[in-house]
Amino acid sequence: MTASNTAPAMIRMEAVDKYFGTLHVLKDINLEVPKGQVVVVLGPSGSGKSTLCRAINRLEPINSGLIEVDGKPLPAEGKQLAQLRAEVGMVFQSFNLFAHKTIAENVSLAPLKVRKMPAAEARKTTMALLDRVGIANQADKYPAQLSGGQQQRAAIARALAMKPKVMLFDEPTSALDPEMVQEVLDVMTSLASEGMTMLVVTHEMGFARKAAHRVIFMSDGEVCEDTTPDEFFTAPKSARAKDFLGKILTH
Amino acid sequence: MNVIFENFALYRDGFFKTLLICAYAMVGSLVLGTILAGFRVSPVPPLRWIGTSWVNVFRNCPLTVVLFFCAFGLPEVGINGAYFWFSITALVLYTAAFVCEAVRSGINSVPAGQAEAARAVGLTFGQSLTTIILPQAIRTVVPPLGSVIIAMIKNSAIVGAFGVGGELFAVSDTLTGSRGEAALPVLTGIVIAYLLITLPAGAFLGWLERKVAIAR
Repeated sequence: MTASNTAPAMIRMEAVDKYFGTLHVLKDINLEVPKGQVVVVLGPSGSGKSTLCRAINRLEPINSGLIEVDGKPLPAEGKQLAQLRAEVGMVFQSFNLFAHKTIAENVSLAPLKVRKMPAAEARKTTMALLDRVGIANQADKYPAQLSGGQQQRAAIARALAMKPKVMLFDEPTSALDPEMVQEVLDVMTSLASEGMTMLVVTHEMGFARKAAHRVIFMSDGEVCEDTTPDEFFTAPKSARAKDFLGKILTH
Repeated sequence: MNVIFENFALYRDGFFKTLLICAYAMVGSLVLGTILAGFRVSPVPPLRWIGTSWVNVFRNCPLTVVLFFCAFGLPEVGINGAYFWFSITALVLYTAAFVCEAVRSGINSVPAGQAEAARAVGLTFGQSLTTIILPQAIRTVVPPLGSVIIAMIKNSAIVGAFGVGGELFAVSDTLTGSRGEAALPVLTGIVIAYLLITLPAGAFLGWLERKVAIAR
């Protein structure tokens, strides 16, 4: 998978550095994700992969460097940042569905408030999206009444409701019971096959192998490998990647 | 106890005057306090600074001093009005600081992920505060807010010393002072009148707490 030089990258990071206090969590990150590419970010915990993901819509501000989404640099706090975030879908490890709103309200809230979509149209697109992720029959329940897998699928529908240009997934299956992981991965896989630009931080090696175009391996805040899934799993170059794979693939 | 029945009209008028002062001051301090809490969690530093300064000044100043400033300071800078409104202004300025901190504690009790998700779908700070954070904060805020409001009702007794005639504290002053009635029965009547305001207020808050707890 090579980035074409003609189309601007959907996500571009240039010389990005980020510190938590004295801890250097992102070290000189340079990354370009072209439109339609599915990138899986792997790495041991504490390697900075979640921070990388959250920096793209400025949930984590960076200390130096440049981040662009669809050719536009990230604005500072304010209305423009809100507009940019509206075009970047985000799915969290802990779902973060709005606890006091029904599933349907969760999905339609941003289209109504941010896009000023008419209520009837919002309801229609909401139901279509819930149907697509397979939980249309849960529309009027509250998040706490749903299983983890259903909640995460609702969260994906909520992000898709804004018709985002790119979707960020921050360990979307890590908080799920094992039997619910597949239903969420299925939704993500179908999204990937439809050409959505995706950056997925995950520990699901099966998903990385099957759905990803590209694997980025991070360790200690650095990008150690940037390659195809095939090459990463069969012939990793760096010692740290070999060590990581050795630990997770032995079972 | 005859003094209570003989002066029933005086007590009744005092009761309603106190009730009126408290109603205005409650609405004012709840609105102002919530806005200040929004300031304190805002991403805009000057707003945070205003919120923090307000709390530090008014929470750490005796209410009597705030009342003095309103009653005698405001006319000096050209703001004139009835002592009735000055006393309400003072109660609002003072109580809003406590409301602000109660609401802020409620905001802090809402998991950070809720605000992150709100920002991630493109809501502005104001939208996420009013549609996502505050509706969930209400649940934890009702009990401490109840204490603040009941304290405010009792604090309203102080405005009686500032020439707002006819409220409950002034009634006791009139009866025991200029009419020379025995203090104990007069004050018993005053206590009953205050309890008639504060006990229903407490019951209402208990009901409200149960109501917002279910609504989720």
